[in-house]
Amino acid sequence: MTVGNVFFALCSIAALVGALCTVLAKNPIRGAMGLLLTIVGIAGLFLKLNAQFLAAIQLIVYAGAVVVLFVFVIMLLGPDAGHAKETREPKAKLARAFAGVLMAVLSIVTLVLVLRSADKPQRFGFVGPTHGSVEAVGQQLFTKAVVPFELATALLIVAVVGAIAVARSRHQTRKPKENASPTRRFFHGPLHPRDAGRPLTGEEL
Amino acid sequence: MNILGNVVEHYVLLASIIFTVGGIGFLVRRNVLVQLMSIELMLNAVNLVLVAFNRRHVGDMNGQVFSFFIIAVAAAEAAVGLAIVLSFYRLKQSVFSDEADQLRH
Repeated sequence: MTVGNVFFALCSIAALVGALCTVLAKNPIRGAMGLLLTIVGIAGLFLKLNAQFLAAIQLIVYAGAVVVLFVFVIMLLGPDAGHAKETREPKAKLARAFAGVLMAVLSIVTLVLVLRSADKPQRFGFVGPTHGSVEAVGQQLFTKAVVPFELATALLIVAVVGAIAVARSRHQTRKPKENASPTRRFFHGPLHPRDAGRPLTGEEL
Repeated sequence: MNILGNVVEHYVLLASIIFTVGGIGFLVRRNVLVQLMSIELMLNAVNLVLVAFNRRHVGDMNGQVFSFFIIAVAAAEAAVGLAIVLSFYRLKQSVFSDEADQLRH
């Protein structure tokens, strides 16, 4: 066992435990922490695969931005983020279980078929010091992939504007209801017919 | 001569397990937040496979550049998805996908 083997084992165990924690956690905050563990484990695996630039990007974008955004939203929603009402559809639970089992079975069957047809594993070859460096990835990004790179900037702008437009509160645009307050209803509008004969409550007076 | 972590098969195996866990989480859980996190898990698994295959093909960076774009798209997806979750919560006071049963608001 070399240091590299132990590092791979630790990172993959962290990623797997984090993934299971994300899916199984009742509390979404714990799920977000599991996602964070997975992301850190995968960043470690990127380092093992000589992708230093992507490991840094992974930590900055996922751990620094996406997980923090998830935690913000979970904390904004408060306790409502975790509590489920009873489902109205009795078959829904069965359908979900069926979908999960189907996904698992399909994945396992595919994996077994692929592993049985695979050749003998070949070790990774030797790698130069530039593989995965900022220079090498940037070189490719700004020569061969420059059009997708510019499109990605446009995508991010559109996503930010769209997110603000979707999440914005609509309270300012809604008009106040006519005769909303009890006082206003009492002085300026007829009472509702269903209120005929009913003594006014203290609030309405 | 230990090959643990030095062949591409180990990474593909790990990534397929993570992808399956994410897929099952997306299908089985009803909490929209957990479903979005499961999508992030699946995207991460795909990134891992791309980088592992790129390690086999030394000399170009196509896999890592693809992975870079996937990370950018995942960030955009998380921002829009969480905005939709907030809007949905404002409408229904709930973050459970069973409640999303009408096309109007």
